[in-house]
Amino acid sequence: MSDTKAHLPLVDAAGDDAGSESHDVGDTVGHDSGDSSRVIGVLALQGAFIEHEKMLGKLGIRTVEIQQRGDLEQHFTGLVLPGGESTVQGKLLRDLNMLEPLRQLVAGGLPTFGTCAGLLLLAKHVEDGDTHLALMDITAKRNAYGRQLGSFFTHAEMTGIGTIPMTFIRAPYIESVGKNVQILSEVNGHIVAAQQGNMLVTSFHPELNDDLSVHRYFVNMTESGHSLDQAADIL
Amino acid sequence: MGILIFMTNDRYELNKNLAQMLKGGVIMDVTTPEQAVIAQDAGACAVMALERIPADIRAAGGVSRMSDPKMIHGIQKAVSIPVMAKVRIGHFVEAQILQAIDIDYIDESEVLTPADDAYHIDKTSFSVPFVCGAKNLGEALRRIAEGASMIRTKGEPGTGDVVQAVRHMREMNSQIREVAGLRDDELFEKAKQLEVPVELLRSVHDNGRLPVVNFAAGGVATPADASLMMQLGAEGVFVGSGIFKSGDPAQRASAIVQATTNYNDFDLVARVSEGLGQAMVGINENEIALLMAERGK
Repeated sequence: MSDTKAHLPLVDAAGDDAGSESHDVGDTVGHDSGDSSRVIGVLALQGAFIEHEKMLGKLGIRTVEIQQRGDLEQHFTGLVLPGGESTVQGKLLRDLNMLEPLRQLVAGGLPTFGTCAGLLLLAKHVEDGDTHLALMDITAKRNAYGRQLGSFFTHAEMTGIGTIPMTFIRAPYIESVGKNVQILSEVNGHIVAAQQGNMLVTSFHPELNDDLSVHRYFVNMTESGHSLDQAADIL
Repeated sequence: MGILIFMTNDRYELNKNLAQMLKGGVIMDVTTPEQAVIAQDAGACAVMALERIPADIRAAGGVSRMSDPKMIHGIQKAVSIPVMAKVRIGHFVEAQILQAIDIDYIDESEVLTPADDAYHIDKTSFSVPFVCGAKNLGEALRRIAEGASMIRTKGEPGTGDVVQAVRHMREMNSQIREVAGLRDDELFEKAKQLEVPVELLRSVHDNGRLPVVNFAAGGVATPADASLMMQLGAEGVFVGSGIFKSGDPAQRASAIVQATTNYNDFDLVARVSEGLGQAMVGINENEIALLMAERGK
């Protein structure tokens, strides 16, 4: 793993410069082709999973789509739970008999990154809603900002990363966290990003903007252990 | 709610983003809070609240309008997923009303009786998102120029006949492939032919896709129909009359959701297609007097 670590950071911090970004994509792909260990699974039942695949692709990471139970047997070193509707994803996880094997993988330490609906899938407690994987010691509030007219875009600070663009779409936020959970970002007094060991969640959608830093942070979790301090050092 | 003040551009991006979150999902027509709950439990990613489903609108005839806001409120209270509702083409006041009651998405729809035979709604003047129907690339880009943040095919609603949705999806994607293959200096003439802004056409040329999400709509009645539309390039599916006009709505809805997600797994589509009971009876394209797809070009 130290070998792959040496390649980081792969892309300059200014992810919003489209020109430099496409240049970096080319570099990265050339650099890392043949390194089959760098594979991240993306849950691809419903929602914005292609957007995550594109972001990870820009970081030189190969992705596999997880659509069925059998897909969980593929090799991957991290897992993304994308945005979408948590009720739909939760139902499909059950219908396709994927909920329990997925829970075992994440509980076993697989680095996992949940955005929006993915946060709700991971939450141990959901106000007025069902829980699904129920592994992360957070209490989430669904549609916490209201309906679509409450969706918003802002820039805010995330611990270990800096100021980043944040897109909230009918988003949840985290009402409270357990003692093992580290709060990584708050916006208007509400928790919008947190980490507990191998689990990283954001109530916003880093996959909808050009800034790659949250995905890079997650890739570091998959490569150098999930300790927050280690990840922060690399960034 | 001071947070609601933004640049228009941000708002349009947020509205396109919501459509991205719906991708791979099924949006179901519902007429009551009870149906909305059945749809949500079956895995709908959003519901379309309307007083009568298209098959009944077609049967009843007469003028079809926006639904009673009270009925929409009831559905908004019953479910946590996004709630959409339809307005008549060009009826910007119906849209103002839906925006006032905090709707998640407005469908400016040919299924209702058009209120304006020349102009669509200027959707750029609204904060809520709009989805519009389109038979081809020209219609799609005109609607997007007017501010639509999502597109769907205009398959003939209330018929259970998927032929038009198929025709529109094939036409759209064939035109997109053609535009993607043009030389840069050929785009001006193509924009003129299609009667669309050249900037939007250039976006299609550069990206090989519409600048917004494109769903299938109209005539989808079975899991096989849903898989067919997804294989033809739809990014998700609207199901109107197909669910609540069928024998077992909950089971059919759930089957269509699974077929939409795993549309390339034919064992799974076969399995969920078993024992669904009576599909909506349907009427053929050439048996109907009113072609709703001809409304609003």
